[in-house]
This record gives sequence, structure tokens and C-alpha cells, in this order.
Amino acid sequence: MTPTLQLFLIISAALFCIGLLAALSRRHAIFILIGIEMMLAAAGLNFIAFWRFAPQPQPPTGVMVTIFAIAIAAAEAAVGLALVITVYRNYRTTSVDKLDQLKG
Amino acid sequence: MNSAAFIIIAVLTLSAALAAATLPRLIHAALSFAVAFVGVAAFYFLLGAEFVGLVQVFVYIGAVAVLIVFTILLTRRDAEKDRGFNWSGVVIALAVFGGLLWSILKTPTFGNVAPKIEPLTVRRIGETLMTDYVWPLQCVGLVLTAALIGALILVMEEKR
Repeated sequence: MTPTLQLFLIISAALFCIGLLAALSRRHAIFILIGIEMMLAAAGLNFIAFWRFAPQPQPPTGVMVTIFAIAIAAAEAAVGLALVITVYRNYRTTSVDKLDQLKG
Repeated sequence: MNSAAFIIIAVLTLSAALAAATLPRLIHAALSFAVAFVGVAAFYFLLGAEFVGLVQVFVYIGAVAVLIVFTILLTRRDAEKDRGFNWSGVVIALAVFGGLLWSILKTPTFGNVAPKIEPLTVRRIGETLMTDYVWPLQCVGLVLTAALIGALILVMEEKR
């Protein structure tokens, strides 16, 4: 038995849902960022799997999309962590439940 | 493609990701996050996209994981443990996984046997980046510069 496309898609869906779990159920802002990074990586894995199992020859579109997604994810992580540090400096907390000043 | 390697990498990746999502200590979660991304890079190697796997290792383990550990160290005086755990998130994640699984198994896929491919060399990736993808490349450069400047402005001390 060799790994099929469906197996890769299932693994990637599981990774996405673990990321969703981390983003939804944790209170700490850094965990939410970790969850978002995992969801982005799952999307990249999907792109690479589709590129690999598509009829060949074809231009490496899936690979290009994944490279760009990694670059965007790095930028997102840098800005997100800077936001966490700023919030911590102003409120002395990183729990997203306590940041409710704009709540009506 | 090797099925034993696939199973080992899948178990490693998913267990490390689950540990990163559920461990109460932040620093342990950050380290399991790095292990999970090594697993994803191994998947890329297995699928024949070696360059993307290398980029994944450089960017995620080399930069993002280190950045996360630094942030944890800088915000350390906050509660060391993350006590709150919202169980409704588990229900939502399981529901989404069920939906995705149902749609994956129901969809007829175009080919379950990986075709033979010519190796994707760095030269070919570079040529594609510099011809077909030159505008996206420039835009990503702009986005990275803006993110760098924005992150610096965010964490700069305010002058009083």
C-alpha cells in the first residue's frame, strides 16, 4: 500500500482541525498564533499534495503557492508577536479573555 | 513513495501538533510546535518538493519558533500556565474534521497513484519565480518590508 492522495488530504485536514482547536479553545494569545500557523501549514501541505498527484508535466504552481504562503505566514507571525508584546506591555496580560475594553 | 515513512511522519506530526495545542506549559507547546513543523517539512520531502521542505525548516524552525520562544520569555511574568481551556472549541474542531473527512471520502480524486515526475530543481523554481511569478514575488517583498517596519513600530517604546 502506497500513500494515496486521500491519505494526504486526511492528514492535512487533521492538522487543520488541530490548529482550529488551538485557535479556538486556548486563552493565551501565543497559542492562537500557533494554531493559525498550523492551519496555514495544513493548507500548504494540501497544495503540495495536489501538485504531486496531478497529471504531469505541468508548471509547479502548487509549489509556488506554498512558497508564497510560507512568506506571508512569516510576516503574519512577526506582526502578531509584536502585537502580543505590545498588549503585554500595556495590560500586563496576554490572555485574550481579559482584553474586553471595547466590549459594549 | 514509502508507506512506512508516511506512517511514521504522520504519527509524529499529528501527535506533536496535538501536544502543541493542548499542553498547559507554553514553552513545551512551543517546542512541540517546532517538532510538528519538522514533520510537515518531512512530508514535503516525501512528496518530492525538497526546496519547499528546506524553506519550511529555515523559516519555521529557524525563525518563527525562535520568535515564539522569545515572546514567551518576554511575557513571562504573566501566568506561566494557561489554565483556561474552552471545551466548545473541541466540539467545533471535531465537527469541522467530520465535515472535511466526509467531503474528502465522497469526492472522486483524479489519481491516487503518484505519477513519475522529473525532479523539481531549484533552478526550475528560480526560473519560474523570475518569469511567471515576478509580480507576486515583488509584492511579497513589499509585504515583508511592511511587516518588518510595522513590527518594529509596534514594539518601539513610546517617547513621553
